[in-house]
Order: sequence, then C-alpha cells, then structure tokens
Amino acid sequence: MLDNISILFQAPIFAVDLLVQGLLIGGIFVLAAYGLALVWGVMNVKNLAQGDMVILGGYVAYQCTLWGIHPILALPIAFVVLFVLGWGVYAAIIRRVVDRDMFTSLLATFGLSLLIQQALNLRFGPEVKIAEAGFGTFDIGELSIPAIRFVGLGLAAILAICIVLFMRNSRMGQAIRATSQDPRAARVLGINTDQVYAFTYALNAAICGAAGVLVAMIWNIQPFYGLVHSIRAFIIVTAAGLGNLPGVIVAGFGLGVWENYSGFIFGAEFAVAAVVGLLVVVLMVRLFQMYRLRQVVR
Amino acid sequence: MSAQKLDLSLYGVLVAAGILVPLLAPAFTSQMAILWLMVLMAVTWDMTGGQMGYNSLGNIAFFGIGMYASAVVQIGIVYDVAEYTAAFGAIKVDFTVEQYWTGLLLGIGFGGVVATVFALIIGPFMLGLRGPYFAIGTLGLAVAVAELVSGWSYVGGGSGISMPVFPGEAASGSQVFYVLLFVLAILAHVVIRAIYKTRFGLAINAIRDDEDKAEAMGIHTTRYKVTAWMVPAFFMGMAGAVFGNMSGFIEPLEVAFPTATFGIFMVAMALLGGKGTVWGPVLGAILFHIVKEVTWTHLLGWQWVALGAIIIINIVYFQQGILGWAQDRWPSLFGVTVDEKTTRTGQAEAAK
Repeated sequence: MLDNISILFQAPIFAVDLLVQGLLIGGIFVLAAYGLALVWGVMNVKNLAQGDMVILGGYVAYQCTLWGIHPILALPIAFVVLFVLGWGVYAAIIRRVVDRDMFTSLLATFGLSLLIQQALNLRFGPEVKIAEAGFGTFDIGELSIPAIRFVGLGLAAILAICIVLFMRNSRMGQAIRATSQDPRAARVLGINTDQVYAFTYALNAAICGAAGVLVAMIWNIQPFYGLVHSIRAFIIVTAAGLGNLPGVIVAGFGLGVWENYSGFIFGAEFAVAAVVGLLVVVLMVRLFQMYRLRQVVR
Repeated sequence: MSAQKLDLSLYGVLVAAGILVPLLAPAFTSQMAILWLMVLMAVTWDMTGGQMGYNSLGNIAFFGIGMYASAVVQIGIVYDVAEYTAAFGAIKVDFTVEQYWTGLLLGIGFGGVVATVFALIIGPFMLGLRGPYFAIGTLGLAVAVAELVSGWSYVGGGSGISMPVFPGEAASGSQVFYVLLFVLAILAHVVIRAIYKTRFGLAINAIRDDEDKAEAMGIHTTRYKVTAWMVPAFFMGMAGAVFGNMSGFIEPLEVAFPTATFGIFMVAMALLGGKGTVWGPVLGAILFHIVKEVTWTHLLGWQWVALGAIIIINIVYFQQGILGWAQDRWPSLFGVTVDEKTTRTGQAEAAK
C-alpha cells in the first residue's frame, strides 16, 4: 500500500491519469444519482433497484451491438425501453408502496433488483460484457486516454442539461416540482399526482438506462454489478443531500476520483470494499452531524 | 388454551419433529439441518427487525464472521493459519479425534463471541441510523465485510479455507451438525421468547413504536438497541461456525456472506410468517423452506427470479404476514385484548 502511494509521488503523471479517468467516470455516477435523488425527493421512495436499471440499460446497448446498431444510437433506444419498463414497474409495484413507510419501498425495490439481476443472468450469462464503440485512444502530453470516455462524459452532460431544462420549463417538470413540495396541495390544484409519480419513476428508469449505455461503452457490465451502482448512487445522494444538484455533481466526480485512487492504492481486490466502506463512512458522518443538531436543541 | 400451554405444545411439536424426522427419514437429515438454520436466522432477525423496528439487511455479516472466527480457531490450535491458507488446501493436517472436538466446540463458542463483540463495536454507530438508512447501512456493511475478507490473505482471501474433516463416517458427521443446529435453533427461540417477556422486551417494543418518546421516558435507547443486536449476533455467529464445518469448505462470497441468498431469505421468512410475532418467523421459515425445496428444482434456473417476485408480492400485498393477519383477525387467540370503545364497530354499537 505504501509502495503504491510512493509510486504516485515518483510518477506524478500517473496520479494525473488516475484523476482524469476518475473525473470522466464520475460523470456517469452523477446521472444515476440524480435519478435517485429525483425519485427520493418527489415520491419518498428509495430505489434499491437503481443500479440494476443501470445494468439493464447496459444490456440493451449490448444487445443492440449484437444486432449491429452502434451503442451511441442505442442510447435513445435504452432511454425509451427503460421509460416504458419504469412506467410498468410503477403501475405494478411502486404505486402500492408510495404511501407506506420507507422500509417497504426499500425491500420491494430490493426484490425488484434481485429479479432484474437474475433475469439478466439467465438471458446473458454471468460473463463480463462490453458494448464496443470502436473509438481509439488519443494522447495529451504523456497521458493516453480512450476517446470514448470523453464522448461518454459529453453525452452524460448533454443528457443532464436536457433533464434540468425539462424540469425547469416544461409543464410536467413544474408539476413534478410542485408535487415534491406538497403532494396534497398539488392534488387540490388539479395535478394528477399519480401520473406525476408514474412519470417521475419512468423518467428515473430512463436516466438509469441511458447511464447504463454509457457504462457498457466505457466500462463493463455484468448482471451482478448492479448493487455496487445502487450503493454509489446512495453515497452520492446521502453525501450531497436532497435537492442539491451542484452537490450531487461534485460528489459524483469526487466518488469517481476516490474509486480510481483507492483501487490503485489498496489494490484491485479492495476496489468494491473501498466504495461500500465509503457508504458506511458517509452515513456515519451524517449521523454525527445529526448528533450535533440534537445537542444544540438541548 | 392459554398462551403458555400453546407455546409449550408448539415446542413439543418442534422437538418431536426434530428428533423423529432424521430417525425415520435419514435422507432428509441435511435438509432438516438447513431448515433449523433458517428458523434460527428468521427468529433472530425478527428480534431487531420485528420487535425493535430496526430492519437489518446485514445480519448475515455475523454469520460469516462467526464462521471465519471458528475456522481460524479450529485450524489455529493445530497448525499455523497463514501457512495453511497460503497453500490453498495443499496441506493436509491430520486432526486427532480429541483435537477435532475441542477445536469444534471452542470454534463455535469463539464464533459466537467474536460476532457479538463485532456487534458491540459496530452497534452504536449503525444503530444511530434510523429506518431505511439503517437498512442500507447494514446492507453496505455486510457487502463491505465480505469484500474485505475476500481480500485478506491471512484467511485465504477469495479462495477460502478447507475446514477440518470430520473424524468418522460422513453420515454420523451430518447427524452431529444436524443436532448442533437443531439445539441452537430451539435455544435461540427459547431465549428470545424469554427476553420478550421481560422489561427488556417491553423496552425494545417501545423503541419500535416511538423511539424519541421512549428516550424521553428515560429508556437509554442506544444501550438497549446495541444489546438487542448482540443477541442475534451471538446466535448467528454460532450458527455460522456450525454451518462452516457442515459445508467443509468456506469462502467469502457464496458460503460465508451470502447476502443475496440467506441474507435476504431471513427477511423474507420473517415477513412471510408475520414479523413481530413469536411464532411467525418459525412458521415462515418452515413454509419458505418447504416451498423452496419442492419447487426449486422444477423451475430450471428461474427460481431466483421467482424469489425476487415472491419478496415483492409479500412486501407489497401481504406485509403483515400469516400470523400478523391471523392476529388482526382473531386477536383474542393471541392474548391481545381490543378495547371495543376505540374501534369503529365498537363506536357504532355504542351510538346505538
């Protein structure tokens, strides 16, 4: 471990490389985390199937490459497919857990996550898959970076901007924000909150699907990787707080950088442990903040 | 029939089944051993999940920690553990019968103690989290512990440890582990049922109903919560130690910390039977295990998808579980008295 840290100091270009790669990956984490924050904030549902929807989107891209469609063109396809699927999931399951306590939604979506990952495992097998986009690498100074990572970050940024504009300006976006502020008042004022919830959940699934296409292009997918993606999204949202879009973006990039550095310093076998351990750390930090709040009240 | 007598007769049925089934149908011995393991898991999960309202998704961590602690002790009393695991099973250590039994009993005790100490250390931090945060935090904890163990070369990392071989015939070995799991499961249920009858049981129920109010009433909630989490940890640790010996080979992701199988089974079983009831988790575990064993092999790979569907249906449409539903339907059978004045039908009759 100390050897690896000293390598970083001896070869600073290596450290810069890890930083850049981490930032490029982080953009995708932001997408999934934004979707989670949306569902969490609007309908008070904690979606543990978040990561599995990401992986599902990745498999849509993989299937498209098998049919000879370029993975970038698969992005809108995955968006639409996951939107429809998300609407269906809402109608079948989520509608019945929106008003219940949060553990109900958590466990129901955990069951959904098991269902998705096992179905993917049956359909595609447990091997690690990549949706090959066919871009080369290019060099900046001594750094050599796969071009697809930049393309991925660019696509993620475009998608994020579109979603933010949609939430700001469209009627549906306004209805979603109104419902998240006060569902009862929104209902009184003639907003069909059930439809708003359905749309929000479907939109979240679609965002996850698009993020999954990017993951499949620049990284890799496997049926059981979903849980770690869910945990990443939870880390980001918990660290940033709800309704804090700049915070989500900063935390997402930070998580990408942390993952690359920790994977290098502790070794690849501790990569997942470093992410999941960070979840526990973030929850603890939030807990101590709460303790301080309670002491002030006393 | 009073509740006391009913409980005693149910214990009688369980003990009779536990003794008779392996005698009459020896082929089912290992099946039944797994059943007792599942009963233990569901009952201990229900102590925090049902009675205290802290729904843990990571109790499986105690199971794996107990398993690894016992493995280290059992091998450690005879041989150097680091050397043994570094050879990936190439070293065959001959255990004398005496060494095996001392190792096994020490290992089970040690597994329970280490898991309890782990709960004591981690408890004050994790149990400060409320509701869904606790569930996600414990899930993360279980995954993190599993990943850390699979990267730790002292205990064999991802390639695992071969456990000492049982001295004697394989059939008598499986009987020994059956008896151990059976005794542990019954013991866990008796102990936990006894705890529910004390002030401690009332305190954790108060925490479930309204934690802030309980704290305001002078209950030292953190102390109660940590103690209540240490009981499941103790039993899960011991069960893990026995199960590790039963499977003969332990490895972090599938055997010791199976978050997606046993880790979620125990929640599903407790919910199916009715969480927060004394016998619900037992009933849920028995039903779940029977259904699983009968249908699993016919589903041709779709069983895991079916498991996800079962959990969803259970939690969304039938959350109170079988005994929870029965308790709502016939409260007097469960020793629950309903004040008619407060119910809607009672008010309607009073108005007449």
